[in-house]
Amino acid sequence: MSKFLYASIGRKFLMSVTGIFLLLFILVHLTLNLLLVFDDSGALYNQGAHFMVTNPAIKVMEPILALGFLIHILWSLFITWQNWRARPVRYKKQDLAAASSWASRNMLILGSLILVFLVIHLANFFWKIKVSGSPLLEEEIVAGSNMHNTYALVSTLFKESLPFCLLYILGACLLGLHITHGFWSAFQTIGFNNKNWLKRLKRVAWVYAIVVAAGFSVIPLYFIFKF
Amino acid sequence: MADKILKKLNIEVWRQNNAKSKGKFETYTIENISTGTSFLEMLDILNNDLIEKGIDPIAFDHDCREGICGTCSLYINGRPHGPDSAVTTCQLHMRKFKEGETITIEPWRAKAFPVIKDLVVNRSAFEQILQAGGFVSVNTGGVPDGNAILISHEDAEEAMDAASCIGCGACVAACKNSSAMLFVSAKVSHLAKLPQGRVEAKRRARNMVAKMDELGFGGCTNTQACEAECPKSISISNIARLNREYLAARFSE
Repeated sequence: MSKFLYASIGRKFLMSVTGIFLLLFILVHLTLNLLLVFDDSGALYNQGAHFMVTNPAIKVMEPILALGFLIHILWSLFITWQNWRARPVRYKKQDLAAASSWASRNMLILGSLILVFLVIHLANFFWKIKVSGSPLLEEEIVAGSNMHNTYALVSTLFKESLPFCLLYILGACLLGLHITHGFWSAFQTIGFNNKNWLKRLKRVAWVYAIVVAAGFSVIPLYFIFKF
Repeated sequence: MADKILKKLNIEVWRQNNAKSKGKFETYTIENISTGTSFLEMLDILNNDLIEKGIDPIAFDHDCREGICGTCSLYINGRPHGPDSAVTTCQLHMRKFKEGETITIEPWRAKAFPVIKDLVVNRSAFEQILQAGGFVSVNTGGVPDGNAILISHEDAEEAMDAASCIGCGACVAACKNSSAMLFVSAKVSHLAKLPQGRVEAKRRARNMVAKMDELGFGGCTNTQACEAECPKSISISNIARLNREYLAARFSE
């Protein structure tokens, strides 16, 4: 089995499976986050966040999600290094744009930028909620149960800092670009593709990418314009 | 209508004495080239000039010069087989270039395709991949009845499309990872689509991919550059099929 994960198609298989898993996570994440813009009192979002942290299924999924990220990131470095070694002497003049999309050639760069964003993002919210705490998180009672005021933490960041709003919009756009190639590429790698499906998958990839990029951008934009 | 004449062109070309020596780019000037000249004929004319000047002529691969043998190569102005689409270098004509242009010609660049001399690379890695499983080894016996094994028109067409691969190596040259996946997928697909090829399908996919990895080709990242630059327009849907065949083979172990 270990031989399989180091073989060229095996390496890609691992990227593909973790990629599809992360795509699903992104959709769940987006759905929950959109609660931010539907209730300015914050009760709706806090209930959603409370449901996520107390749900046993999510507790099980949390370490699996971390593992998914870790494998996707580490294997991408391994794959890129292997692929880099396959051409020891580079070309002097290359016209790559004639034959392939920019995103498809720069998945590592896009991924690395998303990783930088992810670290900032975790420091902004995850770290404060799970480890360091924040005065904004003061417990409140919604629908009869005690919960963190996660809404205050998130909305304060967006209300008070325009640079962070712009950073989150940039992060969403980078993720969208990554998905334009990653989505259909993941299906191609596991063998789920043919002449008819290639067109369909690419179309779905673009829809998915736009939904993700626009969906996550709407949240900071909402706070910029409303408050 | 008479062809236009390109009065002057600069040809920047990779010169390397042998596999071990260090190569470098040289620039030569060539004059009065008809736009109807094929790219390889232009190189022939340049080589005549070089021989007259006492310079070693440029070595490049060529054979049938009608786009079916897969011998010619050349990475021209940043693209395998040059700026035209779905043609080999021998089918490329000088009408695709402009007056006074500098044309950069490089050999295929890949660890698995070492340079032998100038623009000639050793593509025997492809032969080794074929030897690892790109064949049907069942004893075919006598001549069978024409309709004894029924094959659908779609399957026959797809098998033929895959079989149109001429093994030139443009996919490897075009790929940012020097991956041979399009070649291997074509060679696996043209047999996988036919009942005679199914018998050894698992072993074939496994062994050919293992050989491809062993020879130092990179992995596929689905940029589709191979398909765009392939002189026979082999589809990347073959790569999806190879992935299916390979994964099925590995997971059944």
